[in-house]
Amino acid sequence: MDAILLQILNGLDKGSAYALIALGLTLIFGTLGVVNFAHGALFMIGAFCAVTMQRILTISQTTIDESRTDFLGNPMKVETPYVENWFGPELGGAIIDWAVPLAILFAIPVMICIGFIMERGLIKHFYKRPHADQILVTFGLAIVLQEVIKYFYGANPIPTPAPAAFTGSFDFGVLLGFDPNAIIYPLWRLVYFVFSLIIIAAVFGFLQFTTFGMVVRAGMADRETVGLLGINIDKRFTIMFGIAAAVAGLAGVMYTPINSPNYHMGMDFLVLSFVVVVVGGMGSLPGAVLAGFLLGILESFASMNEIKSLVPGIDQIIIYLIAIVILLTRPRGLMGRKGVMEE
Amino acid sequence: MSKSNFTRRGLIRTGAASGAALAMPSIFTGAAWSAAHSGYTNAPQGDTVTLGFNVPQSGPYADEGMDELRAFELAVEHLNGEGDGGCLATFSSKVLDGTGILGKKVAYVTGDTQTKSDAARASAKSMIEKDGAIMISGGSSSGVAVAVQGLCQEAGIIFMAGLTHSNDTTGKDKKANGFRHFFNAYMSGAALAPVLDKAYGADRKAYHLTADYTWGWTQQESIQAATEAIGWETVNNVLTPLASTDFSSYIAPVLNSGADVLVLNHYGGNMVNSLTQAVQFGLRDKQVNGKDFQIVVPLYSELMAKGAGANIKGVFGSTNWSWKLQDEGTQAFVRSFGTKYGFPPSNAAQTCYAQTLLYADAAARAGSFNPCAIVEALEGYEFDGLGNGPTLYRAEDHQCFKDVLVMQGKENPDNEYDALEIVEITPRAQVEYAPDHPMFAGGSLGECNPGA
Repeated sequence: MDAILLQILNGLDKGSAYALIALGLTLIFGTLGVVNFAHGALFMIGAFCAVTMQRILTISQTTIDESRTDFLGNPMKVETPYVENWFGPELGGAIIDWAVPLAILFAIPVMICIGFIMERGLIKHFYKRPHADQILVTFGLAIVLQEVIKYFYGANPIPTPAPAAFTGSFDFGVLLGFDPNAIIYPLWRLVYFVFSLIIIAAVFGFLQFTTFGMVVRAGMADRETVGLLGINIDKRFTIMFGIAAAVAGLAGVMYTPINSPNYHMGMDFLVLSFVVVVVGGMGSLPGAVLAGFLLGILESFASMNEIKSLVPGIDQIIIYLIAIVILLTRPRGLMGRKGVMEE
Repeated sequence: MSKSNFTRRGLIRTGAASGAALAMPSIFTGAAWSAAHSGYTNAPQGDTVTLGFNVPQSGPYADEGMDELRAFELAVEHLNGEGDGGCLATFSSKVLDGTGILGKKVAYVTGDTQTKSDAARASAKSMIEKDGAIMISGGSSSGVAVAVQGLCQEAGIIFMAGLTHSNDTTGKDKKANGFRHFFNAYMSGAALAPVLDKAYGADRKAYHLTADYTWGWTQQESIQAATEAIGWETVNNVLTPLASTDFSSYIAPVLNSGADVLVLNHYGGNMVNSLTQAVQFGLRDKQVNGKDFQIVVPLYSELMAKGAGANIKGVFGSTNWSWKLQDEGTQAFVRSFGTKYGFPPSNAAQTCYAQTLLYADAAARAGSFNPCAIVEALEGYEFDGLGNGPTLYRAEDHQCFKDVLVMQGKENPDNEYDALEIVEITPRAQVEYAPDHPMFAGGSLGECNPGA
């Protein structure tokens, strides 16, 4: 029982990332009809917003410490972050420690801008082209973006730790009456799960309870009729592209303490997120979220030693197996709507 | 009807050239020179000799590859008499004098392995066939090293392996044309076990997470054998896919397994992520079986230690070399590298620098670039002054034997290059093994291949 609970918990944080990426993908597909293979790159750029924030906060003043020497025997250069000089070591240190949560404030405008530029600069030229063309151009864009990031940040993972208050783990086992250490869960993963629920609720709330959201939903259902009513639906869809980019970016920012960011991390999530979208049902926002969590948890279960010993390699193919089964039994996915991507 | 191009003027020219050739002193046309400088692949013509450096310039190990490339460039500079000469002054062999190799200026070409065996073979092939490279060096992955070593054997080219740590490179996949200066998984286990015994005691239960490919398998087998020999029990070994980035579902069951040590047989990005996540799960804050839970990373890399950040503090591992060593070979190399690039070299860089000098030295001592002459010069060769102390290139498997370093994540590093500290220099005798050791069984060197 404890092993099952443990794997459900483990699946939640990865499921959260899948759900957030798939939510953005579905928003773009549902509004603009574009299959955006650069969406994983937006997740990765979000993660590097956290790295950038960390670097900004640690821009340092260099002083020479004559009492120590560096590896070449020269007087040691000591770097002290300006933030610590300005606010004192305690407050300055705390600001640097909270670089990842603070990066959210930095990432939102950056990601919305990147989303706007991507949509207006490139993707809008491919609205009327076949999906295959859209996939090719967005996939190419993803490769360009990751090479740009690699050029500036290098190829190796960059440590981006969570605030000290959220390091360590929480013993759920004790809370549920199990032995100590039976079910432990890192605090930051718990934060990530709660954060993703807040973002998902905010996106749904925005679409459900605002006039803007109502128009967007109407446009998703019948673009032409909304246009005939004199509403500039294209402009709203462009804004939705920016919002989808911000959602992917925020998912990336908060994921950095879980996996040290590297330029390739977007690709690692992209393919699985597409499977999530297809399993959830193309164009269905609740379907994307549901499938994200479902596949995250199933993937976690498949990594259990007991299951791997029965079916070796199952952890690598479980998502695709489930996708096949669901698509065979429900060809439109779990919550797919009739007419979406159907000629 | 055919038309002859034979003219009176041409006949005179050919006759004059033949006459001049016949009149040359016998030293230039003698059998010894011909035998030594022809009859093998890419015998250097003209006044340059070309070396091929095949490193990951893209992909997940690109930073490591770039550091290797820096070391290769530095080695070429020193061989050609540029810069401060680096280890030429400290090397026990004195045949290299900064005039290139055998009087030929050293040129080089580079290839991108992308850390993929097929891409690495393609770039090595291109350097051999199009650029006329007479030696290939480089690495960062054992899968790549084994693949390129096989190619060089077939082509009649010397392969001086860079960073490759799998036992198989000089075990079941060893080749006569291939040489490895870097240490291997067996040596890591043999060096680490006594330190682990001293630090954590003999009554320990280990849980292994292992990268599912050749290096991971041999690393796990080696460290398991070494730790069991000191009395540890192996609770479980779980193979993790090389492409994994999230190890949480593999780490979560560890605390409940009865193990009190987690051994991460991971390298590169895998190591950074698995170590970070193990620390996030609070493993190092727990007590199991009445003991503090511990994590061990058998193979360290300075660049990956940077990636793991503070998570690496106190964690034991091993390396082939460290810029913190105090011998004069290390000092000379670190001074050259640090002055040129502004930061200390990694142990991947050091092995590549040493391999380039060792190749050049072997050619100079043999008086030939013929691969078989190089093989003969390197087999059983004992040298010193390149940073690892007295070292032997064993003839039976072309593996270097030298001291191995046990490292520990530093508690209060001065900067990002100071993440690891040396806790023990394990003497060569402690990491030596018989050529027919079971972990290295199954292959044979075969005959050296000079190629064309």
